[in-house]
Amino acid sequence: MEQTMKISSSPHIRDKETTANIMGQVIVALMPATIFGIYNFGIKAFITILITVISCVVFEACYQKNMGQKVTVKDLSAVLTGLLLALNLPPDVPFWLPVLGSFFAIIVVKQLFGGLGQNFMNPALGARCFLLISFTGRMTAFTYDAVTTATPLASLKAGESVDVMSMFLGTTAGTIGETSAVALLIGGLFLLATGIINYRIPVFYLGSFAVFILLYGLAQGRGIDISFLMAHLFGGGLMLGAFFMATDYVTSPITPNGRILFGILLGVLTFLFRIFGGSAEGVSYAIIIGNLLVPLIERITVPKAFGKGAVKHE
Amino acid sequence: MNKTWERLKCGMVTENPTFVQMLGMCPTMAVTTSAINGLGMGLTTTVILILSNMMISALRKVIPDKVRIPAYIVVVASFVTIVQFLLEGFVPSLYDSLGIYIPLIVVNCIILGRAESYASKNNIWLSMFDGIGMGLGFTVGLTAIGIFRELFGSGSIFGLRFMPKSYEPVTILILAPGAFFVLACIVAVQNKVRKYKEDDVKKGVLFCEKENGCEVCTNGMCKGKLFTAESVAREKEEADNARKEKQKNPSEKM
Repeated sequence: MEQTMKISSSPHIRDKETTANIMGQVIVALMPATIFGIYNFGIKAFITILITVISCVVFEACYQKNMGQKVTVKDLSAVLTGLLLALNLPPDVPFWLPVLGSFFAIIVVKQLFGGLGQNFMNPALGARCFLLISFTGRMTAFTYDAVTTATPLASLKAGESVDVMSMFLGTTAGTIGETSAVALLIGGLFLLATGIINYRIPVFYLGSFAVFILLYGLAQGRGIDISFLMAHLFGGGLMLGAFFMATDYVTSPITPNGRILFGILLGVLTFLFRIFGGSAEGVSYAIIIGNLLVPLIERITVPKAFGKGAVKHE
Repeated sequence: MNKTWERLKCGMVTENPTFVQMLGMCPTMAVTTSAINGLGMGLTTTVILILSNMMISALRKVIPDKVRIPAYIVVVASFVTIVQFLLEGFVPSLYDSLGIYIPLIVVNCIILGRAESYASKNNIWLSMFDGIGMGLGFTVGLTAIGIFRELFGSGSIFGLRFMPKSYEPVTILILAPGAFFVLACIVAVQNKVRKYKEDDVKKGVLFCEKENGCEVCTNGMCKGKLFTAESVAREKEEADNARKEKQKNPSEKM
């Protein structure tokens, strides 16, 4: 009797899944891209990743300790933020740059707003944009095989032809984790299969982006330009963003229709930034602007409660 | 004389327009990309604020209550126009870098706020000092933000290089977001300091001089709001009692 009369506020059903477990699986899903990045760019990439992850964890622990909070480094969210930030950096950055980025991600974007679950934008992307605006030269200097080269997207924007196959495999210049579309797809499919992320955001993001790229090709009188589409889909941070950044639990909508709307919004924004914007890449800006609109999206897509919304007969 | 001094202190510290009242945020954010711009904007506003405060105070019995805001705007706009021409003629470099924000001083809420809340109710002398205090407070605020932004955003202060050669400027600080970061940090730090002071006042560490009147009290944090002389005496007594109590039975400490 005591059991049945127990009164508590929702949620009433609890899962065994813990934060650390989910974060751990996302980190596992990022491993193919990480390992490929290290293979592709060498030991420097590995050191950059290591510095970023360690400084993120240290900043989180220090802040929580100094503020008299419970130190929640064990939930791996700081590790994931560090890893995502590192994958968004070029391989040849000086060591202080990832440290500054980690400071911004953990202290400014995450902890000052209340820690995990309270941040209004993706910490890793916030930090990337902070670094990109502050140190544009360093953040857009890409080297590949010790030669400074343009990223495929930049070449594409300049009107040159690109090798779609090498973009798919990842043997091109770019940030540490974004080059290999296939490695990111493996990780993304793993997350979809384990149910960590929902298909709606990545599918509608990539889908709406592809539709707009095709329409743009048609509008330019080139017909349906498949290689242009493929180059845009596999180039830059689109895959990384669609599967790992846009689907961040804290900064994406929780309603099913909201996720669809969010995905389409990101697709449109990325298309606009990439095609009409000043720089070749637009995924990170698209996602953080999308993050800011999430509360509005959720407000207009609240599902109707059962029994509500019917026409009243009077 | 005390009141004059109090006006100055009020404007610069206790009711600093930038850091406490959070007024005039638009020029604060926009022009503080360097220390010299912040200083220039602050001084320009100060001059206009002093002149408009005096003029409005002189006209306070003439201006009909119903049309007072348009009347203030006319007064402020006239002074802004004069100052704008003077700047254009004598400091063209500052005039160029401040740009649209000089004519926008007309609608600066510090100036209208002081006109409405102070100058229209007080005599010319006090209004002038209110203008000086508030203006200098604004100048200090803008210059402080400008110094931080210039130091970290381009490695110099007032155009003089301060950072070592190897320092790479954090460009975002001289762009719009940097203004928000720097302002937020300064306000956070000064709120923390202020809070300590308020706690001190509550603990009775800062003494209240109510017997001599709040006007001359050196404790600017309280101004008769936080406590009265009686409450201080009572609190002190209670604290003393508690201490004596503790000394009597040290075993009950834990």
